[in-house]
Amino acid sequence: MYYDVIMAGFGGQGIQIISQIVAVAAIKKGLSVTYLPSYGVEKRGGRTNVTLVVSDGEIGSMVTNTPVSIIAMDTIALEKYQPMVTPGGLVIANTSLIAKELLSRDDIDNLPIPCNEEAIAMGNSRVANMIALGAFIARAHFLEYADIEGVMQEVVPERLRQTIPGNLAAIRRGMEIAANGKR
Amino acid sequence: MTDLKLTKGNIALAEGALQAGCRYYFGYPITPQNDIPEYLARQLPKLGGTFIPAESEIASINMVMGAAAAGKRAMTSSSGPGISLMQEALSYMAGSDTPCVVVNIMRCGPGLGGISPTQGDYSQAVHGGGHGDYHNIVLAPASVQEMFDLTIKAFELADKYRNPAMVIADAMIGQFQEPCRLTPKEPVVLPEKPWALTGRKGRTPQLIKSLYLGDGEQEAHNMLLVRKYREIQDNEVMCEEWHLDDAEVMIIAFGTPSRVAKTAIIQARAQGIKVGLLRPLTVFPFPSKQVYEHSSRIPNVLVVEMNTGQMLRDVQIAAHKDARIHFYGRPGGGFPYPEDVLRELKKAMEGAYERSL
Repeated sequence: MYYDVIMAGFGGQGIQIISQIVAVAAIKKGLSVTYLPSYGVEKRGGRTNVTLVVSDGEIGSMVTNTPVSIIAMDTIALEKYQPMVTPGGLVIANTSLIAKELLSRDDIDNLPIPCNEEAIAMGNSRVANMIALGAFIARAHFLEYADIEGVMQEVVPERLRQTIPGNLAAIRRGMEIAANGKR
Repeated sequence: MTDLKLTKGNIALAEGALQAGCRYYFGYPITPQNDIPEYLARQLPKLGGTFIPAESEIASINMVMGAAAAGKRAMTSSSGPGISLMQEALSYMAGSDTPCVVVNIMRCGPGLGGISPTQGDYSQAVHGGGHGDYHNIVLAPASVQEMFDLTIKAFELADKYRNPAMVIADAMIGQFQEPCRLTPKEPVVLPEKPWALTGRKGRTPQLIKSLYLGDGEQEAHNMLLVRKYREIQDNEVMCEEWHLDDAEVMIIAFGTPSRVAKTAIIQARAQGIKVGLLRPLTVFPFPSKQVYEHSSRIPNVLVVEMNTGQMLRDVQIAAHKDARIHFYGRPGGGFPYPEDVLRELKKAMEGAYERSL
């Protein structure tokens, strides 16, 4: 098993935390992981992206320009990384901030989700990232909901522990959307 | 498996220093190594250690020299521009047989350059940097686990040979995260240091110096140093030999390029191209014997570095005379992707002898 994903957007969207959750859950399953973050100078508003590689064997390169999948949380992220996705790969696009027409590849699995609207519908605009994470779990197939649930206490900082139930609900919603197929 | 913790390279290195018994850290901030002093500033006081944010890199390394002369395990860390400022004291410590660990999380240069990863300080670390005829022991980790393990090893080797040891890692290795076992492979033993300056009460006075003005004194000291370097060369080479048995092309790389090369090798082998990797973990001592032996059997060699060809020269000196050495370099913050290495190793296979920059 070998899986690489680039998750990208702007600072404050929670890209780093959803990457951390996937990485820690994968380690708990005994998988190898590399987590390469890069973010701009400003914490909010700057670019942020993570390259995550997960494998059941030794991982060589921690960089890739041919990822199996991407999670694009805004237009800049989609335009930058969509062309790199390997044929047959997966694009999860936050269509609250990305025009659907920009999903221009017909050789990959496109999963447009209006993450912000979905989050607002759940009563918490801050869980848009968790909607995307849930969809990713459902489509990437190397983790299950229980794996994610099991690491939330560890990954989420103590001062934010009370947000865990809301985050888990958003992850389940994301999984549900992904299970309903292309929208 | 659950004792593996997702850890940042710089943090693994800092924790390795603590577990190696380092209780003295002196440093001045510079990106991309700031996680190291930040972590040690929090942890050292809890362990009864000393953390001093120095007024400059020159002050940092000279404080390291003081603590080391007193027999303590001491460390500083910086990046390119800061390491350049430390060269005088590094030469003094090499000249006075004073053990210490200096970390360089390399950023691109020359000059103030940028904060992106590079391996442009290889020559400075391996072939001097300071004045005089000396060598640092130089270790080059390529994973978060090695950031931890090789830092402990650096303290061990520094004390064993009473010599400065450097850990050099590009900013990628410093800043990415992997699962890491944060306990030493073997128990750490702090050696006796009867030479240390601990106060002369009850014993004859001791002196640590690098000044030899007497007739023939300096030459005699240089001969002692060269004997030490040969002993290090004979005993301490560490390298990884990966898929070399049936290889028709040998890639030689350290740090990030060696990681990228592994993925390229897997892809090449899926295409039926037999490629292997020789990865130095110690760049001084350089695995010259291993390079010679493998290159006498595998004549196509590809050196990949994130610079314009610094380790390349050590490979050219060590390699068999018939080896055809191809070079691919990415300086100034650029780094190779697996497909780049794949393309270059095909060129090497065709016997190209080029420098692809």
